[in-house]
Amino acid sequence: MPVQVAAGVKRWQRRERGRQLAIWLGWLAGTAVFVACWQVIAESTIWTFVWDAPQQGADLLGRMVPPRWAYLPRLWRPLWDTINIATLGTVLALGLAIPVAFLAARNTTPSVTLMRPLALFVIVSSRSINSLIWALLLVSIIGPGLLAGIVAIALRSIGFIAKLLYEAIEEIDRAPVEAVTATGASRAQVVAYGIVPQVMPAFVGISVFRWDINIRESTVLGLVGAGGIGLQLQASVNVLAWNQVTTIFILIFATVLASEWVSARVRHAVI
Amino acid sequence: MSTGAAAAVRRWSPPPLIRSPWLRRGLQLGAIAYLALALGSVEVNWARLIDGLDRGWQFLRAFAPPDFVSRRGEIAEGLAESLVMTVTSTVIGIAISVPIGLGAARNVAPLPVYLVCRGIVAASRTLQEVIVAILFVAMVGFGPLAGMLTLSFATIGFLAKLLAEDIEDTDPAQLEAVRATGASWAQIVNYAVQPQVMPRLIGLSLYRFDINFRESAVIGIVGAGGIGATLNTAFDRYEYDTAAAILVSIIAIVMVAEYLSGVIRRRVQ
Repeated sequence: MPVQVAAGVKRWQRRERGRQLAIWLGWLAGTAVFVACWQVIAESTIWTFVWDAPQQGADLLGRMVPPRWAYLPRLWRPLWDTINIATLGTVLALGLAIPVAFLAARNTTPSVTLMRPLALFVIVSSRSINSLIWALLLVSIIGPGLLAGIVAIALRSIGFIAKLLYEAIEEIDRAPVEAVTATGASRAQVVAYGIVPQVMPAFVGISVFRWDINIRESTVLGLVGAGGIGLQLQASVNVLAWNQVTTIFILIFATVLASEWVSARVRHAVI
Repeated sequence: MSTGAAAAVRRWSPPPLIRSPWLRRGLQLGAIAYLALALGSVEVNWARLIDGLDRGWQFLRAFAPPDFVSRRGEIAEGLAESLVMTVTSTVIGIAISVPIGLGAARNVAPLPVYLVCRGIVAASRTLQEVIVAILFVAMVGFGPLAGMLTLSFATIGFLAKLLAEDIEDTDPAQLEAVRATGASWAQIVNYAVQPQVMPRLIGLSLYRFDINFRESAVIGIVGAGGIGATLNTAFDRYEYDTAAAILVSIIAIVMVAEYLSGVIRRRVQ
């Protein structure tokens, strides 16, 4: 324990002087980086716009309240589309993610040197690109509409589902697998009777959890033209119809809460 | 376990996941009916799709090799802006999340404070980043400031919630021991809570840094600065090779950040 003696009195200190100095320098460097970054942002900001932000905010709020409820009947169809994008996207992602997860899990992959890195690469690239960017890309490739949204949601979800599922597969109990193997079962039978029953609850939980996230994400996909309620949001923002925007926000909020409730209930039931 | 009627042939089938047969059949029927309805409402323009396949092929070809050069100024600027937004918003987000996280932990905060802080966390978690970005862009104008504010706001929901849960999971014995010495609330937090949650707070902050970078690529689409704006422009111009270069850069930076945060987390925990 570092002790400093000053004027004959021993003083206890938490760290050695060198270590204390290193920590202090680390904080200094961190602060310098933060200040430099802040400078960059401050330079590219038009401050007159910022100073009247409270005014702008009050003005915006004045236009947003009260919400225009008459707009609600025109939102049911887009809302149905949004839910379909999320659900069908999740179903498609499940179909694609299961093989990827089995290829990525260390205990089920056919080859650790070739297939596993490939599967991990698929997972990483799917995870690093947000569904809105996938949608942007797909809208310019397959045209605007629901299909682009569904595929975008599916591509983004593969990485998430496969990652959590392969971790669940790697954590299974070895004993049932060995027992099934000992009966002379084929590889497919070992997977079906030794592994699948063990990961099934985790799998259902992951799927419902991702479906919940996808409902959130699909509400904004329309901003880039991929269908759903976001299209209406984009149209309302573009014509500055802020009271319609409020109606859409409230509807999105209610949908998200409902999906969160469903997902919590289902996860509670299976796990 | 069900046994066949004939004693000679005993058949075994695995027990179903959902035990009640009525619920099981009902769910299956419901799922089929929903799929039929939902698939029926998806209109696919096949002619446009076939047209698009050609573009899709062009896009895939653009990855070999992606064009980093012809728009390198814009790409570098966009990436720098995204990184700057990520750093500032993570720092500001942590600074705001720590007090809110303390307030949202039932074992260190009184009930009124707890309810207010939980409310803030819930609001931040239910509002999509993109929606928040639209509002901030309307308030403070286009540019990275709106992005920074959006990401800071989103960070609060994530970090404060997980921090609060971690504080609630701390060992109560240490809190009690420090309290027994006559420590004030600030001293309890500093000497009993902080050492227990610090490693996890560092880990979560690094993880959030990662997420903020990824999100910064998205909110640019609605005008909040960063690489997203550059990417949007590249798609609008059908410059797939530039778009490919941007996507490759994003993936590379995310992978590097994930690797580094993994290394740092292993050292602190």
